Amino acid sequence: MNALRVSGLAYAYPDGTQALFGVDLSLERGERVALLGPNGAGKTTLVLHLNGILTPGAGQVHVGGLEVGPARLREIRRRVGLVFQDPDDQLFMPTVREDVAFGPANLGLRGSELERRVKVALAKVGMAHAADRPPHHLSFGQRRRVAVATVLAMEPEILVLDEPSSNLDPASRRELSEILKNLDVTVLMVTHDLPYALEICERSLILSGGVVVADGPTPEILADGELLTRHRLELPYGFAVPGAQ
Amino acid sequence: MGAGHAHGRLYRAGDSIVHRLPPQCKLVAVVAFTLVVVATDRERFPAFAGYAALLIVVAAVAGIRPPFILRRMTVELPFVLFAVALPFLSPGPRVEVLGVWLSVDGLLAGWNILAKATLGVVASILLAATTEPRILLLGAARLRLPQLMVQIAMFMLRYADVIVEEMRRMKVARESRAFAARNLKQVPVIARSAGALFIRSYERGERVHLAMLSRGYTGTFPVIDDISASRWQWGIAGTLPLTALAILAGSLL
Amino acid sequence: MHVPDGFFTVPVSVSAAAVAVAGVTVCLRGARKELDDRTAPMAGLVAAFVFAVQMLNFPVAVGTSGHLLGGALAAILVGPYTGVLCIAVVLLVQALFFADGGLTALGVNIGLLGIVTVLVGYGVFRLVTRFAPRSRAAIGIGSFTAALISVPVSALVFTLLYAVGGTSSIEIGTVATAMVGVHTLIGIGEGLITMVAVSTVLAVRPDLVYGARALARPLLLRRADGSPIPADAERAEPRRRTRPVLIGGVVITLLLAGVVGFYASSSPDGLERVAADTGFDTQAKPHDLADSPLGDYGVKGVENERISVGLAGVIGVTITLLAGGGVAWAARRRTEHRRRAGRSAADA
Ligand SMILES: Nc1ncnc2c1ncn2[C@@H]1O[C@H](COP(=O)(O)OP(=O)(O)O)[C@@H](O)[C@H]1O
Ligand SMILES: [Mg+2]
Repeated sequence: MNALRVSGLAYAYPDGTQALFGVDLSLERGERVALLGPNGAGKTTLVLHLNGILTPGAGQVHVGGLEVGPARLREIRRRVGLVFQDPDDQLFMPTVREDVAFGPANLGLRGSELERRVKVALAKVGMAHAADRPPHHLSFGQRRRVAVATVLAMEPEILVLDEPSSNLDPASRRELSEILKNLDVTVLMVTHDLPYALEICERSLILSGGVVVADGPTPEILADGELLTRHRLELPYGFAVPGAQ
Repeated sequence: MGAGHAHGRLYRAGDSIVHRLPPQCKLVAVVAFTLVVVATDRERFPAFAGYAALLIVVAAVAGIRPPFILRRMTVELPFVLFAVALPFLSPGPRVEVLGVWLSVDGLLAGWNILAKATLGVVASILLAATTEPRILLLGAARLRLPQLMVQIAMFMLRYADVIVEEMRRMKVARESRAFAARNLKQVPVIARSAGALFIRSYERGERVHLAMLSRGYTGTFPVIDDISASRWQWGIAGTLPLTALAILAGSLL
Repeated sequence: MHVPDGFFTVPVSVSAAAVAVAGVTVCLRGARKELDDRTAPMAGLVAAFVFAVQMLNFPVAVGTSGHLLGGALAAILVGPYTGVLCIAVVLLVQALFFADGGLTALGVNIGLLGIVTVLVGYGVFRLVTRFAPRSRAAIGIGSFTAALISVPVSALVFTLLYAVGGTSSIEIGTVATAMVGVHTLIGIGEGLITMVAVSTVLAVRPDLVYGARALARPLLLRRADGSPIPADAERAEPRRRTRPVLIGGVVITLLLAGVVGFYASSSPDGLERVAADTGFDTQAKPHDLADSPLGDYGVKGVENERISVGLAGVIGVTITLLAGGGVAWAARRRTEHRRRAGRSAADA
C-alpha cells in the first residue's frame, strides 16, 4: 500500500482560476520525494489537498489507503503533517512550548504524554532551549525549525514541507537539511531549490502547469537541462550535479 | 505577530494578587461590581465615593499607576461631553450655578452618567490591565460564553494587531501621497482602502487558519492552562462586589 | 455610540440584556448554517475588521465625525446570524478590554449596534438584491442602501430607547431629528464604505461574500489538454430544520423580556425616584415621552407598573422579531426558489 496516492486531482479556486489539471502521483512508505516546480505551478494548491484543507474538484487523494474526505479529517490530519511556507502563519501561540503543544493537544493528549511530545519534537529540531520564548522573538531560521517541530509533535506518518529552504541563510539551511535527513518518516518536500532537493530527496517530481510532467531519481531529473529549462527551473550558477557529466 | 502591540498597551504584566486571580473570578467580580454601581441611586453621593475608593485600593494592590488609568479613560470622552451638555439642555426647573442657570434634573443626570460610566470604565481598565486578553477569554469560556463566540473573539484579537498594522501602513502610504481626510469627498478613498485592508488581512488570517486546521484544530482551543479557581480565590475576588454592596446598603440606612 | 454604564435605567438595561441574550442564542444556532470549516476565521476577521474600521473616522459636518457601525457590512460578508455574533463579540471585547461601552450597557449596545443594524441592513440588502438582476452592481447598490439605512434607524431606535429609559429626560422630537439627521450623513459615509469594501472583496474573492452566493456558478474543470472534466454528481445538501430553533428563540425572548422586565422594574428608576423625592413631579412632567404608546416603558392604560413594563418588553420584542422574521422568511423563499430553479435546470 502506498503511503500517499493522488489520482486525477483537478481543482479550481472559487474565482475560477484552475490551479490543478489532473495530478497523479504516489509515494512509498519511508521515501523522501521532492516536488519541484516554478512559481504558480500549483504546488501549494496540491499540498493543501493532502490533508483535506481543499476539497478536490475532481479526483481523489488517499493517505495510507484512507481516502481524504470530510468524515475522516481528524485521522488524516494526524497522519499528514503540513509545514507551511511562512513560519509566521504557523506559529501563533504566546510561547514556543504552547505552539508545539497545540497540535497534539488537539489530538486529545494532555499531561505527561503531551509534555513528552513537546520535548521530543523540540529536541529533534534542536530548539529545546527556546521552549519558553515567544516565537516572534526567534530568528527566521529558528522559527522555521519550530514550525517543523509543531508538526513533528503530532508524530505524522507523512511530513509535507512547503518550500522549507526559502529565506534561510546558508547555516540555517544546512541545519534544517540535517534535521530532515535524520527523520524516519515519509517526506514530500515542495521546493524550487534544486540543490536542496538533490541533497535531501532521492526522488523528484516536477509539477508544472498543474500536472506532473516528470518523475524520477533526483540526479537524473536535475541532469536533464532541457527539461528544467522548459519548466522554468534552474540550477544555481556553477552548480554541477554529481554523477552527471 | 500574535499577542503583540495593540494588547501590549492594555495589559500590564505583574505578579500581584489581582494578576494571579483566575480570570473567571475577576470577570464575575467586575460585572457584579458594575451592577451594584449602576443600581445605586444617583443622589447617594457618599456611596460613589466609597466605590471610587474601592477601585483605588484595587489599583494600588495591582500596582497599576494612575497615569496609565487616566490615559485609558479617554474612551469615555464622548459621553463626558454628553453629560456636560445635559445641565444646559435638559428641561425642568433650574438652579443658578456660578451665574449660569442649569437644569436640576440635567445636573443630576449628567452626574449620574459621569459617575457610573467612570466607575465602570475604571473597573474594566483594571480588569484588562491585570489579565492577558487570551486568558480573559478562557475565563469567559469557563463562564459558559459560547465556544463559537470565544473562537470569534480569539481570532479577532489575533487579527486586530494584523489589521491595525496594515491600516497604519496604508495610512502612511495614503498620507505620503498628500491625502488627508478632510471632507466627505474623500470617503471613497477611505472606502477603497477598507476593501483592500479587508482582503489583505483576510488572506493573512486564512493562511494561519489553514495551518491551525492542519494541526487538528476543530474550532475549540485545547485548554492546556489550568485556570480552575479555588474557593479562596473566589472569596478574594468577591470582596470587591461584596464591599460595594455593603457600601450601598450603608448608604441606604 | 457605545453606551456606557449608567446611561440607561436598570429596567431598560436588563430588558435589553435579555433581548441580546435571546438574539445571540438564536444567532448561535443560525450561524452553524452559515459557517463552515473554511469560513470560521472569516467571522473573527470581520469582527476584527469592524473593530478596526470603527477607528476610521470620517468627517460628517463641521467639527463632528462618525465611524462605521459595521452591522450591514458584517451581515453581507458573513451572513446575518454570524454578523450579529461578530458585532456582539466586537462590543464584548471593546467593553472588556478597552472599557469602551459599559458592561451593564452591553445588552443595549448589542441590541442597537448589532441586532438592529444587522436586521435592518440585511433586510434592506435582501430586498434590493431580490428585485435587482443578479449582478455585482446590484450587490454594490444593495450594500450601499443597506448600510445607509441601517445607521439612522439604529440612531432612531437609540433615541426612542433613551426617551423611554434614559437616565435623563430629553426633548424627544428635537433629539430624534438631530440624531437622524447627523446619522443619515454618517450613513452615507458608511454606505459608500460598505459598498466599496464589499465590491472590492467580491472582485477578488467572490467566495468570501455571503450575500453574493446567488452569483456563484459551478466551476468548470478542464484537463491539461483543455477537455472538460465531467462534474461529480452533486452531493445532496442536508436540509436543516430551522423552525424549532426559531420558535424556541421567540418563546425564550418573549419570556425573558416579559419576566425580566417585570422583576427589574420592581424598584422605581432613578429619575422617577428623584422626581418623587424632590417633588418635581407635581410641577414638571416626569417624562417627555409619556404620551407615546410605550412611553415610560410601560403600556398606557395598564395600571400595575410591573405588568405594564413586562408587557412593553414583550411588545418591543414582538415587533423586533416580526421584522427579523420577515427578513428570514424572505431569505428562505429566496433559497428555496433557487434550489428549485437549480433542480429544474439539472433535469433539463
Ligand atoms: N486563493 C486563491 N484564489 C485564486 N487563485 C489562487 C489562489 N491561490 C492560488 N491561486 C492561483 O493558483 C495557481 C497556483 O498557485 P499555487 O498553488 O500557490 O502555486 P505555487 O505554490 O506552485 O507557487 C496560481 O495561478 C495562483 O495565482
Ligand atoms: Mg507556493
